[in-house]
Amino acid sequence: MQRGVVIIGAGHGGSQIGFSLRQDGYDGPIHLVSDEPDLPYHKPPLSKAYLKDASQDVQILRAEKAYADARIELALGRKVEAIDRQARAIRFADGATLSYDRLVIATGATNRKLTIAGHDLAGLHSIRTRADAAHLREAMQTAGDIVVIGGGFIGLEAAATFAALGKRVTVIELAPFILGRAVSPVVAAHVDAEYRKLGIRVLTATGIERLEDDAGKVKAVRLTDGTTVLADLVLVGIGAVPNDALARDAGLACDNGIVVDEMLATTDPAIFAIGDVANFPHAHAGRRVRLESVQNASDQAKHVARTIMGKLEPYRETPWFWSDQGHMKLQMAGLSFGADRHVRSGALGEPAFSVYHYAGDRLLAVDSVNRPGDHMVARRLIAAGISPSDTDLAEGPDRLKSLIGR
Amino acid sequence: MSQVTFIERDGTRRIVEVVNGESLMQAGTRAGVDGIIGECGGSCMCATCHVYLTDEDFARLDPPDAMEQDALEFTASHQRPTSRLGCQVKLSAATDGLTVTVAEA
Repeated sequence: MQRGVVIIGAGHGGSQIGFSLRQDGYDGPIHLVSDEPDLPYHKPPLSKAYLKDASQDVQILRAEKAYADARIELALGRKVEAIDRQARAIRFADGATLSYDRLVIATGATNRKLTIAGHDLAGLHSIRTRADAAHLREAMQTAGDIVVIGGGFIGLEAAATFAALGKRVTVIELAPFILGRAVSPVVAAHVDAEYRKLGIRVLTATGIERLEDDAGKVKAVRLTDGTTVLADLVLVGIGAVPNDALARDAGLACDNGIVVDEMLATTDPAIFAIGDVANFPHAHAGRRVRLESVQNASDQAKHVARTIMGKLEPYRETPWFWSDQGHMKLQMAGLSFGADRHVRSGALGEPAFSVYHYAGDRLLAVDSVNRPGDHMVARRLIAAGISPSDTDLAEGPDRLKSLIGR
Repeated sequence: MSQVTFIERDGTRRIVEVVNGESLMQAGTRAGVDGIIGECGGSCMCATCHVYLTDEDFARLDPPDAMEQDALEFTASHQRPTSRLGCQVKLSAATDGLTVTVAEA
């Protein structure tokens, strides 16, 4: 009897696979398993629109009816305890099992936790799930002073949201720049300057010694230079670690996520991994990466569906990513590992510009600030392997559009 | 109460009651309209909520801004003169009776 496809994890990627399989003609059973109780929902608004407006509910990705129509069996609020590779089955905490022909692990990542003194106080928050964001939204109503630990995308998005609601906000980042891992220093410096204009205190190259409390609840953050910053609420955004424990326990190779090949198959050919949890060989970058983005999760979901249907091709999508930071729309296309040259379009001090990252003459990536047109063209250029010259860049958008035949 | 009608790719007509202030994409995904995906959550990035309007409906809405036009031009396939991204169309009493067709894939 056909056992079908079982998917563990119902984020943007996991919840897409079943629909892609049906579109591609798959007719067997599909089970979508999630330890969260909710219908799969949009994650990006949790740090922005959802946080800002207490009357907003989460945006579901699809109506329940859509799963029924596509004959995707939902197993929500159910935690998977183990993968039995020999029996080709997953086992739930209550002992029940579910058999598979193909298993896709889309378990995502978990926010990294603080380890400094005071890490277990009340008043500390992070954002990953609906429950996290709901908890934060309620707690922030009565908070006046908010400290965001970590100057990454989500922490900064939330910082802008807090500031818009009239909170006093301080962002504390250990590295010399905010957004250090993700965008070019030019973009980071621009965002930093804009946030200071909004009244957000941004402390870079700043270490934290401990969190101070009042009767078990956080009241201040003590910095390594001996000063303190008042905090009724602390949001921790210091990166994420892949949820690869199930795979590891099942004996699948893991190294900063589940190691997959260019087809996104794990070391067991019946098991695939996608999205935040997958460490895959990136075609353009020429190295292994683990990416945390909606685009990566969604495109890998579609790819795995095609692979399961027997269309064997390496995964080659151009990564793209966005972050709405207050009045700034940051958009990134490609990956800039190994770039040795960075060309900025637009004059210094302009509120909208793009930075083009090259290795020699080869365009690797483009970061854009409030230049959605640049970003859209950049995605096409990078996917097609077209590298505009400095003269092309200087000529502007029309020239770049002409390079992709527009 | 205002309504919007989605015409799916196979011709099925789906009438959806609008929650005030939501976008066309939100109304479509909430109701499970086939072909309205909204992968990027409404950030005008993915064009998976691409619809065609009638000439009359297109004319009675505010025109698409530069960001939406770029997204349509470079991301959407099968763009037409009355193409819109559902995530950028806000629904209200004023948009009652809107009829949109899910764009070709």
